[in-house]
Amino acid sequence: MLDALFRILALTRKELLAILKDPRSRFSLFIPPILQCLIYGYVATYDLTDVPYAVLDQDRSAASVELLAGLDGSGIFRRVANLTRAADIKSTINERRALLVIQIDQDFERRLVSGMQANVQVIADGRNSNTAATAMGYVNSIVETFNAGWRAEHGQAGVPVRLTTRAWYNPNLETRWHMIPALIGTLTLLQTLLLTALSVAREREQGTFDQLLVTPFRPAEIMAGKALPSMLVGIVQATLVLLVAQLWFRIPFAGSFFTLYAGLTVFLLAAVGIGLLLSSVAATMQQAMLFSFMLIMPFALLSGLTTPISSMPEVLQYLTLINPLRYAIDMAHRVYLEGVGLRLLFPELWPLAIMAAVTLSAASWMFRHRLA
Amino acid sequence: MRRVGSLVRKETRQIIRDPSSIALGIVLPMLLILLFGYGLSLDVMNVPLAVVVEDPSPAATELAASFQLSPYFDVRLMTSMPQAQRLMLTREVDGVVRIRPDFGRQLSIGDAEVQLLVHGVDANHARIIQTYAQGALGQWAAKRTVPGHGILSGPVTVQNRLWFNEANESRYFLVPGLIVLIMTLIGAFLTSLVVAREWERGTMEALFVTPVRSDEILLGKTLPYFVLGMIGLTLCLLAAKFLFQVPFRGSVAVLAGASMLYLLVALAIGLWISSAVKSQFVASQIALLVTFLPAVMLSGFLFDLHSMPAMVRLITYVLPARYYVALLQTIFLAGDVWAVILPNVGVLAAMAVVLLFLTRRAIQKKLA
Repeated sequence: MLDALFRILALTRKELLAILKDPRSRFSLFIPPILQCLIYGYVATYDLTDVPYAVLDQDRSAASVELLAGLDGSGIFRRVANLTRAADIKSTINERRALLVIQIDQDFERRLVSGMQANVQVIADGRNSNTAATAMGYVNSIVETFNAGWRAEHGQAGVPVRLTTRAWYNPNLETRWHMIPALIGTLTLLQTLLLTALSVAREREQGTFDQLLVTPFRPAEIMAGKALPSMLVGIVQATLVLLVAQLWFRIPFAGSFFTLYAGLTVFLLAAVGIGLLLSSVAATMQQAMLFSFMLIMPFALLSGLTTPISSMPEVLQYLTLINPLRYAIDMAHRVYLEGVGLRLLFPELWPLAIMAAVTLSAASWMFRHRLA
Repeated sequence: MRRVGSLVRKETRQIIRDPSSIALGIVLPMLLILLFGYGLSLDVMNVPLAVVVEDPSPAATELAASFQLSPYFDVRLMTSMPQAQRLMLTREVDGVVRIRPDFGRQLSIGDAEVQLLVHGVDANHARIIQTYAQGALGQWAAKRTVPGHGILSGPVTVQNRLWFNEANESRYFLVPGLIVLIMTLIGAFLTSLVVAREWERGTMEALFVTPVRSDEILLGKTLPYFVLGMIGLTLCLLAAKFLFQVPFRGSVAVLAGASMLYLLVALAIGLWISSAVKSQFVASQIALLVTFLPAVMLSGFLFDLHSMPAMVRLITYVLPARYYVALLQTIFLAGDVWAVILPNVGVLAAMAVVLLFLTRRAIQKKLA
């Protein structure tokens, strides 16, 4: 038993040396996660901070100028052109000079003053309909503010109901708070899976796997020796992401580190299990890389990272139940933002534990029967 | 010419014999098309929402009904706040609307408040819920006319028109974006391995002692993957048109031309990385980092380019995916707008020339 442990440790040491001795591979393991974390932290948001827009103001009245001042003063809308003819709208949008064109009709102020409904037309570039719809939402709320001001000045009653919103766990509703904890799971899955699959495939491609087999190592020991280093690298990467989240983006950590790392360990076991299973199917490094990539893509798309799971069709929602990343992201959010303890984390932990058990035992069967 | 022909033949055989390249060229595009087309949607429907009515007044009941009528919410009516909060803790509902006991009385004074609690972990989702709740409230307010005060809808109304995508289908921009991802994967990820593999196995040196010239090696490596990429593109286009009915308003010739150009750029990047790095593992890591991830995050496919911080926006200018996304979105949804197409194609062409030149230098018959 003790011998087995020493053998596993020796293999782990050799594996770590193989990964870390090449400065380029060292670099590619630890710098990209930090870089990605930084870039995603800044980029991955559907909020808009700069919307170029053009105006076709055919009224040129005090009221229309006031309404447009509301847009210009928002800090979000940037006026790039004042159009003079309706015919210019088409080319402005088509050639992407502006995301929106706001058209105010000639009788805008007259209708307002006489108590009739006045119209403002907003034409948006729907090539990215999500961005366009968000921008139109902003215009609507600025017009709402204008309306409230107009009503107050002209002695009309306002809407008597206000909606006040409070958000749990993320008071300012920052997308970054959602994104970065999710990256703890996503980035470590990507690297751990790839690393495990590649380390076996490399030995097979270079023929050194056969050499390993003639040593006193048992297949299970080889497997453990391959799994441990990848898990260590995974833990280090998760820690790096965690550090960026706390020290750079200053996202408050609500839970306990012990809970997070305990959960991560179960998740990494599942990830390594999948990686080992893959590597027993792949004969070359290229195959290992491409196969793991083909798994990671659906894992990432069906995890709730970029689009909410509840918006997916029902069949796919069931598919997400066998996706380890889904649970890892849920777990990271629940520990990081909601601060739950191990007991409440149970619904996320047991599927991961089952996946780890299934993939690891399948991999060890494959190691014994297919490779050895 | 014959030498190039035999190199192409060798490379093609390697692709066909290796199930993983075929999988990447054909299975992965199909899988992604189905996932993106059916699975991914930014449109939020049927949000589970608890509505807590603590006020028995008719106004409060009407308001609750307005939430129930909204197609966006799946409402669970209840009367106690602690019960609703428990549902929120277990994430059975994503939000709680609270109508307080004094709602009816406050309303008659003209200053009532409706409280909305949202589960904020998914900030984007939470904000959409907030907008929908505001909408449901507005619907209710519009139906209620307060005697003596006239209409409640604003003096100014906004008429929104979403050009190119009137129905606001997120699929219409996700599917063209997907083509960018697939072309990037086939172009850069697959080729990043091919030269590095020859270096790693020592077959590159064997290739050097043959009479082939380095631009012939380059051509032999490019052609088969170019064909694989065009197959992926065709699959995507067919799916976009027949499976998902994404409108196609431009011309196929322009689209094909732009795609070939982008594929050439992606191939050149992959080959360049591969011949410069000479290790399959490192090459694949770099390819992932400089081509695929930026194509998802920094190309304007999902996230708006204008709203990125200035530093990040500068980075996007050197990414070929940015130009290809602009081209595809325009050709698909807007048509052949030459003012958009020409500058973007120009940049891509310049990139292709520079990158192919760099790759050719890196492939020089020289031993380090």
